[in-house]
Amino acid sequence: MSEEKQHITPYATYIWILAALLILTFATVAITNVNLGPLSVTTAMLIASIKATLVLLYFMHLKFDQKIYRFMTTVVLLVFFMVIIFTFFDYLFR
Amino acid sequence: MESHTHPHIHRDDQASKLGMWLFIFTEILLFGGLFIVYSIYRYMHQTAFHLAGEELNDTIGTINTVILLVSSMTIAMSITAMQKGNLKLVMQLIYVTVFFGLIFLVNKYFEWQVKFEHGLYPSSKFVQNLGAGDTLFFSLYFMMTGLHALHIIVGLTVLIWVAVYIKKGRVHQTKYAFLENGALYWHLVDLIWIFLFPLFYLIH
Repeated sequence: MSEEKQHITPYATYIWILAALLILTFATVAITNVNLGPLSVTTAMLIASIKATLVLLYFMHLKFDQKIYRFMTTVVLLVFFMVIIFTFFDYLFR
Repeated sequence: MESHTHPHIHRDDQASKLGMWLFIFTEILLFGGLFIVYSIYRYMHQTAFHLAGEELNDTIGTINTVILLVSSMTIAMSITAMQKGNLKLVMQLIYVTVFFGLIFLVNKYFEWQVKFEHGLYPSSKFVQNLGAGDTLFFSLYFMMTGLHALHIIVGLTVLIWVAVYIKKGRVHQTKYAFLENGALYWHLVDLIWIFLFPLFYLIH
C-alpha cells in the first residue's frame, strides 16, 4: 500500500466539534440536576456516547482515515457492549 | 512524501497508526472492565452510591471536563497545522495542550486534598464506618480517576517527547506519525473522561 492522499481537516471543523461537545456537556449537567430518576442515568450515558462518537470520528480522524480503523473500533465496541449485556443478564436474573 | 526519494528508509505510517489503535483498544477494554465493575456495584448499592456521589464536587468536575475537551481540540488542530507545514503553530498548540493537562492535574490535586481532609480516602476509618456501598464507591472513585490521572501524566510525557522530536527535526511535515499517535493517546484520555465524569460526578 502506498501513501494515501491525506485529508486535511480545517480548523473550523474542530471549533464546531468543540462547541458541540461543550453544549452536550452543559446539557448533561443541567439534565442530571433536574433529577429524572432512572431516566437521568440513561440520558447521561446517551449524551456521553454521542460525545465519544464525535471525538472518535472527528478528533481521532476515524471519519477521514482508512476504513480499517473505523471497522476495528466498531468491532471492539460491539464486543464490549456484548460483555456488558451478558454481565447484566447474569446480575439481573440470578 | 514520495517513497522513491528515500529508497533505503523503511517506513510504514499506517502500520504505526494501526499499532496505536490496537493499544487504544486494550485501554478501552481496561477502563471498560472498570466501568462494568462500577455499574454492577452501583446496581447492588444504589442508595449508598447515590449519597456518596453527592460528596463529589460537580463544579470542579465540569471545569476539568471543559479543560480536557479544549485540550483535545488544540492537539487535533496541531495535526492540521503540521499538514500545512506551520511548525511554529504546531509547537504552540502542543504547549497549550500540555498546559491544559497540567491545569487538569492541579485541579485534581486540590479536589483530592479536600477529600483527604474530610477523611475520604480508600480504606479510611471514616469511609469504612459508612458501610460497604460507600467503601466501594470511594475505592472505585480514587482507583478510576487515579488511573485516569496516571494516563494524563503519560499523555503529557508523550506530547513533550513529540515536541522534542519536532525541535530536533525528526518529526516534520512529511513524517508526523508520532505526532498523530501522541494525539490519539491524548484523545483516548479525553474519551475515558467523557464517561468518568457523568458516572461519578453527575448521576445521583
